[in-house]
Amino acid sequence: MQMASLVNMPVYGLNKLEKKQFLTARLLELTQHHYQHCGEYKRLLHCIGETCMPKDAEHIPPVAARLFKEYQLKSIDEEEIFRLMRSSGTHGSQSSIYLDADSAKLQSQVLVKILQHWLGKARRPMLLIDAAQSVQNKNGMTARAAGLQGLSFFGRNHCYALNSDMQLDVARITEFFQRYEQENILIFGFTFIVWQQFIQQLEKLNLKFNLQNATLIHGGGWKKMQQQAVNDALFQQHIKNRLGDVTVHDYYGMVEQTGTIYMQCEHGYLHAPVWSDVMIRDTNDLHLLPFGEKGLIQVNSTLPTSYPGHCILTEDLGVVHGEDDCQCGRLGKYFTVHGRVPNAQVRGCSDTFS
Amino acid sequence: MFEDKLKQAFVNALSIEENEVTAELAYSQHPKWDSTAHMVLIAELESSFDIMLDTDDIIDMSSYQKAGEIIQKYIA
Repeated sequence: MQMASLVNMPVYGLNKLEKKQFLTARLLELTQHHYQHCGEYKRLLHCIGETCMPKDAEHIPPVAARLFKEYQLKSIDEEEIFRLMRSSGTHGSQSSIYLDADSAKLQSQVLVKILQHWLGKARRPMLLIDAAQSVQNKNGMTARAAGLQGLSFFGRNHCYALNSDMQLDVARITEFFQRYEQENILIFGFTFIVWQQFIQQLEKLNLKFNLQNATLIHGGGWKKMQQQAVNDALFQQHIKNRLGDVTVHDYYGMVEQTGTIYMQCEHGYLHAPVWSDVMIRDTNDLHLLPFGEKGLIQVNSTLPTSYPGHCILTEDLGVVHGEDDCQCGRLGKYFTVHGRVPNAQVRGCSDTFS
Repeated sequence: MFEDKLKQAFVNALSIEENEVTAELAYSQHPKWDSTAHMVLIAELESSFDIMLDTDDIIDMSSYQKAGEIIQKYIA
């Protein structure tokens, strides 16, 4: 499939039959591709007794996310590596995801398409709830840096809210909010950092701002939020109380499948874009569960060509609520995430900061 | 004039020599034109030409030549 036609597909516009047809063809093509180009992937398929190629997407064996920590899984030669992406994990080893120039480009293009759907094409004054130093990591790109940088495309006059020691720079954000108060400000950050270093600090300092039509996009995991008993509704309430009129979108995504993020709609559900899919598997025997039942989240993406990450079994628990029939009108599966399997190592982007 | 201004913006944003700015100069091909430098370049082009680029332009701006075409659209 040509990259241009892949990128130009309607973000939430294929119904389940059309999407199934597209996903099946593309995911099987990728399985074949990685089988031929990645020795470890080939051995993996052999180990689990796949003597012939799967015939449908449900039978493609998902690769456990943890294997990207233990092995250098790639389907390209050393000299084709354009970028090495790393998970932010501080506990245990980090995942390594190898991208060639085409994959890196495709990921950025898809990310832009998804976000254009939610934000429009115009770029907005942007406040990043992080330190500028977080992006400057020369030793491979971390998931956090990739998130900050990917989202930066949607902003202009970027302002980093935190100092190098991750403390809120009150003078800087006050000046930023005053300068752009008439415009639709875009705010981005990782959930726990937004909560602890931004919202809670504003509360401590008793500072309020009155933004008009601002948008906050945040992601990176709820594990630490749950430890503090903060759920999505409470998080949103505190944000609006401090900042005024802000539309809040959580997103779910991972370094193993950068680009295809799952954005939260106005009804609180995460939505699979056309390029990717979610499946829920039983935590004990990994059989596929029907809509409405909680299990391990498997994410399938049509993008990865440089590493065998088109079908990945995460360590997150979730529920798919339906397909094509969310009240918001977007097509595709919609789901919610319900924490991690209990014995999984902490790994979320915003969880690396304490 | 336009060409000089465009060239200078690339020199400033990417910290490269003027003779490196050729029609073949392309995103991710030159070591200094990576995704971080790309945002610096966008900001530089916006201020030099006093324009506001949208997200499609940022993705499309994959070479020096393409940058010229995109900016022409705004100042024509």
